[in-house]
Amino acid sequence: MSYSTKVLDHYENPRNVGTFGKDDEGVATGMVGAPACGDVMKLQIKVNKDGVIEDAKFKTYGCGSAIASSSLVTEWVKGKTLDEALTIKNTQIAEELALPPVKIHCSVLAEDAIKAAVADYKAKHGEMVETAACKG
Amino acid sequence: MNFDFSRNHFELFGIPPLYQIDTIQLEQAYRDIQSQIHPDKFAHLSDAERRLSMQWSTQANEAYQTLKQPLGRACYLLHLNGVDIHEETNTVMSPAFLMQQMEWREAIGEARAAKDTSELEHLTGQLRTEIQAQQHQLADLLDKEKNYPKAAEIVRELKFMEKLREEINYALEALDA
Repeated sequence: MSYSTKVLDHYENPRNVGTFGKDDEGVATGMVGAPACGDVMKLQIKVNKDGVIEDAKFKTYGCGSAIASSSLVTEWVKGKTLDEALTIKNTQIAEELALPPVKIHCSVLAEDAIKAAVADYKAKHGEMVETAACKG
Repeated sequence: MNFDFSRNHFELFGIPPLYQIDTIQLEQAYRDIQSQIHPDKFAHLSDAERRLSMQWSTQANEAYQTLKQPLGRACYLLHLNGVDIHEETNTVMSPAFLMQQMEWREAIGEARAAKDTSELEHLTGQLRTEIQAQQHQLADLLDKEKNYPKAAEIVRELKFMEKLREEINYALEALDA
C-alpha cells in the first residue's frame, strides 16, 4: 500500500512530538488505543487561562497513518478553544491525509484522542473553565 | 456429499463451541473434510458441482484458520453470541492498560536501539506470561461465566499484546540480520 504525500510528510517530519513536563500548568492528556492494529496514541494539550489550546504534543506507536493523523491534529487543535477542538471529526482528518478505507481507524483514533484529552482537562479543571467562560 | 453452508464453524467440524477445544480433534476433522473434497475426486462432475465443492473447500479452510488461533476462536465465539469487539472503533481502553502499552513500546524501542538482544528476549518471556494469564481469564469468561462483554474487553487487550509480540519479533529479526 502506498501512502499519500501528506501522510509521508507528517510521517517523515512529525510535528509536535513529545511530552509536556509533569508539572506544566494547564496540561491534559488523552490516551487511546486501536485494537484493530494495536496502535497506541497519547495526545497532550496545553490550555491557557482563556480556555484556548496554545500547544499540543503527541506520542504515537503505530503505522504511518496513525502517526500522521496524530501529528496533524496537534497542528489543528492549536489556537482552538476546547469546544472548537471537539468539532474536529475523523472524516476531516481522513480527507486531509487521503487515508485509504483500511486506515480510517487511524483517524478515528486521533479524533478520540482529542476527546479524551479535552475530557481529561475538563475533569481536572472543570470549574476554572466555567469561570473563564462566564467572564468572557 | 452434503453441502450445508448454514452450519457455523464449530458445527462444520463437529466440535463443541468453546474457547478451550481439542486442537488435535479440530485438525483431524479439517483433514477429513479436505480429503473428501479433494479436487481430483470431482473430475467427473459438472462445472456447477465442481464450483460448489471448491466453495465448500474454501469455507472449511477459512473455518479452520479462524478456529485454529485462540484469538480468532475467541472473536468467532463472541460473534456467534452477538458480541462485536468493535476493534475498529472502540478506542477507549483503560488508561492503566494504555500506559502499560506505552511502557512496553518504549522498552522494546530502547532495547532495539541499544541492540540488546537479551533484553528483548527477557521482554518476550514477560509478554508470554502476561498473554497466558489473559488467555486463562478468557477461557473462564467464555466457557464458564459466559460473560461476553468482559471477554470482548480481554480480546481487545490481547490484540495489543499480539502487536507487542510482533514488534519484539521484528526487533529481534532486525538485530539478527
